[in-house]
Amino acid sequence: MVGEHALSESEHTASEPEKTLKVEIWRSDGEGEAGAFQAYEVPHMESQTVLDVVTYVQRKLDPSVSYRFACRVGMCGSCAMTVNGKPRWTCRSHVDDVAEDGLIQVAPLRNMPVIKDLATDMTVFFDKWKKAKAQFVPVDGDASEFANVDPDSNERKAANAGIECLGCGVCYAACDVVEWSPEYLGPAALNRAWTLVNDVRDGDPDGHLRAVATDAGCHACHSHQNCTRYCPASLNPTAAIAGLKRKVFGAVLKGRL
Amino acid sequence: MNDTRLEVWLFIIQRLTAMILGPLVIIHLATMIYAIQGGLSAAEIMGRTQGSLVWGVIYGLFVVAAAAHGAIGLRQIAREALQWRGAVLNSVAVVFCLGVLCLGYRAVGGLV
Repeated sequence: MVGEHALSESEHTASEPEKTLKVEIWRSDGEGEAGAFQAYEVPHMESQTVLDVVTYVQRKLDPSVSYRFACRVGMCGSCAMTVNGKPRWTCRSHVDDVAEDGLIQVAPLRNMPVIKDLATDMTVFFDKWKKAKAQFVPVDGDASEFANVDPDSNERKAANAGIECLGCGVCYAACDVVEWSPEYLGPAALNRAWTLVNDVRDGDPDGHLRAVATDAGCHACHSHQNCTRYCPASLNPTAAIAGLKRKVFGAVLKGRL
Repeated sequence: MNDTRLEVWLFIIQRLTAMILGPLVIIHLATMIYAIQGGLSAAEIMGRTQGSLVWGVIYGLFVVAAAAHGAIGLRQIAREALQWRGAVLNSVAVVFCLGVLCLGYRAVGGLV
């Protein structure tokens, strides 16, 4: 029975012309931002992801295409690119869901310098995490005691809501304020600061607040919510930033900042 | 006041003035719609507002809130769109605020 099914499927495939997909990939013209889209034609397969398409182009059509990926299953956040104008994880974007009139246009993430083709330099993005003081500061420096963390406390729930950020840069690429104000710390760094401010094991919540209460910090957010709309992990950085605004307000009123 | 406190206070003041402006704008618009029903004349307006403590307080508060709210908002726009920073940015915002206060209170003074 299985053999018959396989045979009929094979006959069916042979009788129909191969479906193809039009793909345009951003190709750098030397170093820097200059470049143009280059068109390719790729076999269209079932359950094909955009990362599969880019990989096909690189392996079968044009080995000079540069892009970045690692896990291929939505766990690392390395493969984020702009697909038909929207920032996405390409490994979690099915061609059938994102193609527009049979076309897939793949570009590097916005708001970051392009190294080559689809690979961006994320140095500035991660430097802003440092500027936002988005590093954990342990209360108990040598961790000699287990911390007692109440999982049902409001603080822990707030921290948990934002803790799954992979640092993929999709929210940063989606953010219009980052585009206008290159100094703005961005949704990811601020979301991380929010998780730390709410972490009872962290020893310097006011230090985190001081770092994000600048004119390039949480108050620069316009609440457009593009970060929340495009976050592949379904996090809500806008809510985290609003929470930081409230915490900063309270800290200023109490004279702690 | 350090930069951090200044930014936070400006943020707070802008939100508070927005909360004040909201109902005042509604009162202003509702009064306008009501007042023009039987035609509009300077004498009618002055008859309603002159010597009125209530209208003096409403428009006096309106001017303060609008001056602060507008100046802080324009300061933010200049920072983002024109990349202005530091003393220039703050000076322009202060001048705008003082200008709105002067013109606004001149108008309120004429009304009440």
